[in-house]
Amino acid sequence: MIAIEKLNFGYRKKELVLENLSLHLKPGHIYGLLGSNGAGKSSLLHNICGLLFPSSGSCKVAGDNPANRNPQFLQQVYLLPEEIYLPNVSIKSYLDVYAPFYPTFDNELFFRFLGEFDIPKENKLQHMSYGQKKKVMISFALATQAKVLLMDEPTNGLDIPSKKQFRKIIAGVLKEDQLIIISTHQVKDLDSLIDYVLILDDKKIILHEPVENITDKLAFKQVMSLDEVSTTIYSEGALKGYAVITPNIKKEQSRLDMEMFFNAVLSEKQQMLSQFNKQ
Amino acid sequence: MDFNNTQAIYLQIADYVCDKIQLKVWKEDEKIPSVRELAVMLEVNPNTVMRSYEYLQNQEIIYTKRGMGYFVQANAAAGILKARRTQFISEDLPQLYKKMQLLNIAVTDLQTGYEQFINQKN
Repeated sequence: MIAIEKLNFGYRKKELVLENLSLHLKPGHIYGLLGSNGAGKSSLLHNICGLLFPSSGSCKVAGDNPANRNPQFLQQVYLLPEEIYLPNVSIKSYLDVYAPFYPTFDNELFFRFLGEFDIPKENKLQHMSYGQKKKVMISFALATQAKVLLMDEPTNGLDIPSKKQFRKIIAGVLKEDQLIIISTHQVKDLDSLIDYVLILDDKKIILHEPVENITDKLAFKQVMSLDEVSTTIYSEGALKGYAVITPNIKKEQSRLDMEMFFNAVLSEKQQMLSQFNKQ
Repeated sequence: MDFNNTQAIYLQIADYVCDKIQLKVWKEDEKIPSVRELAVMLEVNPNTVMRSYEYLQNQEIIYTKRGMGYFVQANAAAGILKARRTQFISEDLPQLYKKMQLLNIAVTDLQTGYEQFINQKN
């Protein structure tokens, strides 16, 4: 559904943000896009939805070139940006103006999500708190039922119960022909939702693996002392001993600690990535 | 549901389903929640629940009727009990033995404690 080949992109000619980036994504999955601040996550999402244009290479999304901005393409793609701007109108007028751009927009669904987030539907947008606005926009994004849904830090600004609500809603809406990319720093909020991990570093996607592949190749465990495990790739001090990542030789079925995995990939890049490249 | 940090989520979900079956909350030959319903309930990716259900199907704990969903296999509860007993004996007990040895606790010390525990419950 998304096919990116050798994409180059930069805000200035001499300074590339994304370089020779290739990425192929299929529908029916929730991709977690992880990367350090300024790694280019938002730039990549903007290239996918046609808000920014690649300087070279090709980008195909839902069979179309986003840079052409064909209306039929734009109807199927929705980007929920990290910073949101909302006009000073009621929720209902916002809907009247923006929902018609999306033929698959479902009003009933939108109001159901608002209800689940506890947002009164008569409210004016400017009178709401940041978190409330964000919830309105999350509800709108999901109600478009867009085939490609891009969410940039969606849980930023949400309180704890809303994060739970967000997870429930996402778990319930994902369709087989739909692709969701969530870019996030707050991995712990979302790691049970993400089934494919993408890591953007050094101007390209350095890792693209389903969660089950990661836990197939690596074991995540807690040990009292580092002597207990022979080949530690990465370790972090924990309350009781250490949290470690080791090659999964004994075929253990451990749970992926996505945050630690991300830290490990950045700090022990060669060794971590080689686990996935060897057969 | 709170997942623990050690075991793969799909196995923890499978365990959750087994609990429900063993406790007869979900009865034999009855329909269990759909993949999506359970995903929403547990706040996880539906593909993860799908993997749990495939795993449980392979273990002959649940079965699928085309277009109708997933059902509890007849005798599933007995099978789960048997599997869990085996697991307790092969995995949990050795841990306990190790600690008993370390703390110098005799098997006979356990017996009185266990009997008291059973009596308290009744």
